Amino acid sequence: MTLVAEFIKGIYKENPVFRLALGLCPVLAVSTSISNAIGMGAATTFVLLSSNTIISLLILFFSKILSEEGQKSINKIRIPMFIVVIASFVTIVEMVMSAYFPALSESLGIFIPLIVVNCIILGRAEGFASKNSLVFSVMDALGMGIGFTLALIAIAAFRELLGSGQLLGVNLFGGDYKPVLLMILPPGAFLVIGLYLGILHWLDARKK
Amino acid sequence: MEYGIFQLVIMSIFINNFVLQRFLGLCPYMGVSKQLDSALGMGMAVTFVMTIASLVTWVLYTFFLAPTYQNIFYVIFNTPIENIPDLTFLRTIVFILVIASLVQFVEMFIQKISPTLYRALGIYLPLITTNCAILGVAVLNIDLFFKDGLPSENSFINTLVQAISAGAGFTLVLLLMAGIREKLELANVPKPFRGLPIAFIIAGLMSIAFLGFSGMNVE
Repeated sequence: MTLVAEFIKGIYKENPVFRLALGLCPVLAVSTSISNAIGMGAATTFVLLSSNTIISLLILFFSKILSEEGQKSINKIRIPMFIVVIASFVTIVEMVMSAYFPALSESLGIFIPLIVVNCIILGRAEGFASKNSLVFSVMDALGMGIGFTLALIAIAAFRELLGSGQLLGVNLFGGDYKPVLLMILPPGAFLVIGLYLGILHWLDARKK
Repeated sequence: MEYGIFQLVIMSIFINNFVLQRFLGLCPYMGVSKQLDSALGMGMAVTFVMTIASLVTWVLYTFFLAPTYQNIFYVIFNTPIENIPDLTFLRTIVFILVIASLVQFVEMFIQKISPTLYRALGIYLPLITTNCAILGVAVLNIDLFFKDGLPSENSFINTLVQAISAGAGFTLVLLLMAGIREKLELANVPKPFRGLPIAFIIAGLMSIAFLGFSGMNVE
């Protein structure tokens, strides 16, 4: 596969949220407004990119310096190793966010530390970065991260538009609009993602 | 804010239900809710690990990470409080490592002690490490029951109660969902909505029902 194809696949064909159904907890929880969605998307992309880079380099490093025997034993403890790498980057994000974006950090709440257990990140580390070279891993992480962010924005736009009549904080419908409060409450998230998934399945079926 | 035990139970099972209101543990909620008995197994496994993980992380946070009068350095070596390093920023790394090794340990322990229980819970245990409900409840306990790194009154009991009732709430909605999805096999759902989409819409409707509990006054 070429580099560009590796990048593109994360955005539509293998979109982590809509296609692979990974990392749904943060998607549903923080998609109440577009600014939250962008913040969460950027944080996840950063962690994904850095951990994919480091893991790809680590695997390369071990394959250079270790004998076959040593590589086998490294292989046994690779998951805890990945988790430590990911958790370190999440801690960096946590600290940077609470220092420079306190409002965002407040509204994302416990979902920042929970990036550690986001299945996308461990899934890409285990399924892609540990098997591919550095450049491909970086492209894959960027594609997946941007795909995740776009999916988050798509859901958040729908919820914010109906739920508070705004997009990115700009009032669109004027003062008379009665917001559908349900959309920014938890049930709205489930309903919107169900609708999106249904529409995607319908589009796929029509294409065939 | 101080919570009584009964308030905490009602709040974590119904008002702030982990799955439907807090969006934690959605992967097993969607993945393991196709049959009632596997849903029950998963619910029990999650409750079990959640309780143990909460207790262990509470102990670690109070005695090792937070610079308090309970800190191990103060208790044993009598180091002055201001010289004890504040390690609370290591929370995420420590908690996830503890949970991952705890799950492994619990798996081996159950296998040794009770093969029957292992047959019932065994296949669900490895899945639990990346279940965000476990890390979620551990982090949430710290957010709710610690003030500026200091444990508030009854924080240990509160942690225990919150973990058990969050697990119970998780099991409850998992069982409800499994019951509905077993019936759904026979229903005539529009083709594009079969599978995951309709499960999400059902979850949304259940969430609306659970929203009704938020009007409850538990003060």
